[in-house]
Amino acid sequence: MTDSMRKVMNGVPTGSAFSRRDLLKGGGALIIGFGFAPLGPAGAARAAIGGPPDPDLIDSWIAVHADNTATVIFGKCELGQGNTTGMLQIAGEELDLDIGQMSAVQLDTHVTPDQGATTSSSSIERGGPQLRAAAAEARQVLLRLAAARLNAPVADLTVSKGVVSVAGDARRSVRYGDLLGDEQLHFPFTGTAPRKPVSQYKLVGTRVARLDIPDKVSAKYTHMQHVRVPDMLHGRVVRPRGQGAYGTGARPASIDEGSIKDIPTARVVRKGDFIGVVAEREWDAVKAARALKVAWQEKAALPGNAKLHEAMRAAATTDTVVVDKGNLADGFARAAHAASATYHLPYQAHVPFGPNCALADVGPDGALVMSSTQDIYNSRRMLAATLGLPLEKVRVQYYEGSGTFGHSCYEDAAQAAAIMSQLVGKPVRVQFMRWDEHGWDNFGPAHVAEVRAAVDAGGKIVAYEYQGWQHGWFTIETSQELAQLTKPKERTSGSNSITVNPVSTGAMYAIANRRVVSHMLPMEGLLKGAPLRSPMDMHYSFASEQVIDELAHAAGIDPLEFRRRNIAGARWLGVLEAAAAAAGWTPRVAASALSDAEVVTGRGIGIGTHHVSFGAAVAEIEVNKRTGVIVAKNLYGALDAGLTVNPALVENQIVGMMVQATSRILKEEVTFSNSNVTSLDWESYPILRFAEHPDVTPVVVQRLDQPSTGAGEEVMGSTGAAIANAFFDATGVRLRHYPMTPARVLAALAARKT
Amino acid sequence: MADELNIKVNGRQWPVASSPDTPLLYVLSNELALHGPKFGCGLAQCGSCSVLADGVEIRSCVTPVAAVAGKSVTTLEGLAGWYAERKNLAPAPALHPLQQAFIDEQAPHCGYCINGMIVKASELLAQNPRPTDTQIRQHMNGHLCRCGTYPRVMKAIKLASRVMAGETP
Repeated sequence: MTDSMRKVMNGVPTGSAFSRRDLLKGGGALIIGFGFAPLGPAGAARAAIGGPPDPDLIDSWIAVHADNTATVIFGKCELGQGNTTGMLQIAGEELDLDIGQMSAVQLDTHVTPDQGATTSSSSIERGGPQLRAAAAEARQVLLRLAAARLNAPVADLTVSKGVVSVAGDARRSVRYGDLLGDEQLHFPFTGTAPRKPVSQYKLVGTRVARLDIPDKVSAKYTHMQHVRVPDMLHGRVVRPRGQGAYGTGARPASIDEGSIKDIPTARVVRKGDFIGVVAEREWDAVKAARALKVAWQEKAALPGNAKLHEAMRAAATTDTVVVDKGNLADGFARAAHAASATYHLPYQAHVPFGPNCALADVGPDGALVMSSTQDIYNSRRMLAATLGLPLEKVRVQYYEGSGTFGHSCYEDAAQAAAIMSQLVGKPVRVQFMRWDEHGWDNFGPAHVAEVRAAVDAGGKIVAYEYQGWQHGWFTIETSQELAQLTKPKERTSGSNSITVNPVSTGAMYAIANRRVVSHMLPMEGLLKGAPLRSPMDMHYSFASEQVIDELAHAAGIDPLEFRRRNIAGARWLGVLEAAAAAAGWTPRVAASALSDAEVVTGRGIGIGTHHVSFGAAVAEIEVNKRTGVIVAKNLYGALDAGLTVNPALVENQIVGMMVQATSRILKEEVTFSNSNVTSLDWESYPILRFAEHPDVTPVVVQRLDQPSTGAGEEVMGSTGAAIANAFFDATGVRLRHYPMTPARVLAALAARKT
Repeated sequence: MADELNIKVNGRQWPVASSPDTPLLYVLSNELALHGPKFGCGLAQCGSCSVLADGVEIRSCVTPVAAVAGKSVTTLEGLAGWYAERKNLAPAPALHPLQQAFIDEQAPHCGYCINGMIVKASELLAQNPRPTDTQIRQHMNGHLCRCGTYPRVMKAIKLASRVMAGETP
């Protein structure tokens, strides 16, 4: 097999395989760039036996080097959210090291401990405490060594920037790096070391600049799409343009291999229904994928997006009562005003800005796969199954791709590269084309909501019912399904998409009588579903927060004041007030200042989350009643994510969330015919453009006394809701569907006039 | 084979091994190993592949490499040098003021669109050193971002504009 992976990759000078030990012993010498120690071509490691290192050893998390730097090793990946910076702040705080004295390593199943997937904004929330404990314990070990060296009790020692001193006698000091040299600590990780009290934090809670940004603006960063190895072939998948109904696969009736005979080195690779092309030059692979004549067995099994919601309501469902509190009938009996409505909400796509890319080198002795997966450890298990290799013979390395926001085609691309490499016996790089990524995404599922609620004469919400219809998530990647002719399988249990999220459906209000019912329908005959940033919460919030707003309007109460009166707790109130204060909110009943002008303005408020943090948003919008165009002018977003490790990172996330949520609420919808998805690029699946972007004011509500919780999803739902409520304020009309496109706006305005 | 094709990229001549119809992007990525221009759509819809050709922003994903023969191509890697040459600065700064401004404003998330954002903004500021907000929005409108960085890209362009005009930021 090839030696390709042993050679130079991405300018990393190495001629030999790196072991984990080599890497960690290398100290400063190996550290380049912004703080990822290169793993090298991983090296040779294709056939190496090993798995994630033992998480019960301190050495699996922290390596201290002779130059008084440390390598911090963790299993959560950089997605452009600043995860690396935040995790190093946590480790540095416990170790008393400066941010510049540490580097992280790129995720690798042979090097970094298994901390599970980097999903659900869980890095800091769940990955952070584990790393903090390891760093605290490493510090304890180092202090014991220093105490012996300095002949002083541990209690008398202080540490600053990795230099241990005897309190009151600065001449008696030793550097961490002098205690061990490059030797490993060789200590078990018991999790028992005391953590530094929050009151002594110096690094956590500060605005450290993102470590990945300098390389990203100067073209020194290596995204997955730029990874190359010698002797590799360029691969492309060949599929129908746009997936068909889930469960129908993509079966070729015939393939005319002669159709690419004039393209140099191009050839067809096929396994089961999986079809790809490879070529030595990338442009030849692109041309071959386009030119290859394949007749597909078409199956018109989709309802078409116009009849989607009708089909969803007609499907047989499995029903779950998620919340059943108090007595709904009693509550409605006390209603002074009630509101109810049905909401039809779309499939939306992840569509990372750069389509997914992966590189695989597969031989009989093992496999090395590089991809932008959010979960290298699970990716490894799936690849081992597809390739028929034992788990320990598969190594997966992570390279950041472009922002993915959930389960886009990264595993599909990794599977495709691995299948092709196994077939051709050479490394293969697979770059999905725009239409592959748009057409074969694992979409954020569509949703139907029927919501009704009531308010009593005193402005208290006395009844609330949310019924939601949706399907779940897929479990087998498309390439694997096609190659192995596997029957697709849905995930049938678990939270999020499987059942309606009770936190996003009224839990932010104190409501004595509340019922949430989930109607799960089969995915078969619809589209492939998967988690998309803040999974389903934009749907829930759009429906739920509009009904709440309707109650406020019916009761003649300002929407902020109405929420205050009904709020479920201090942390919800905190973000509500913070967003309102940032916006300079003044009390006024919604739609109480309607204008006959062609362009009218409105403002709206919403609250929501994903699971455990607290988010609130205020939107100020313009609506052009002639063209139907909505422009989000100013957005204000507040997020309480407990102890915020780095407020600057979270502010940046709030800005990103609010712009993306605006895009999703105003523009984004997956379209499909009876046979295929038809939104295949940025023209047919438009997103918010530069000229349309709102100004965003982010507010971090810092809670030093609370555990850190997720901060990458929790303002999505409230942003969409705030925009929807602002539309009502501007026009006096409710939109029950999004995206809130000009056609829908004009139709809703026209319906009011008749 | 006809005459060997050469292209000038970041001030240097490079022989091209690819066929003349190959989009410039694939030559920059695979032959010159440049990491600035990126594959985003292959359809000239998104701007992740943007480079300057004689100071004009073009989409390298749809531009045949033969079409830039005789032109001077600048990628993100060469932007500081291009700026220094235009401004007669010696030695060239390590970063174009826009690149520094993108750091100062912490603009990128994943960073994939940022190549095109900086390249397109460098074209704007070369033509119009003090653009209005509306002019920036219009000039940048062909560059998409999925992470939602537009507000900070906007701030970074305005900051760079002030810095380049010699104002204290």
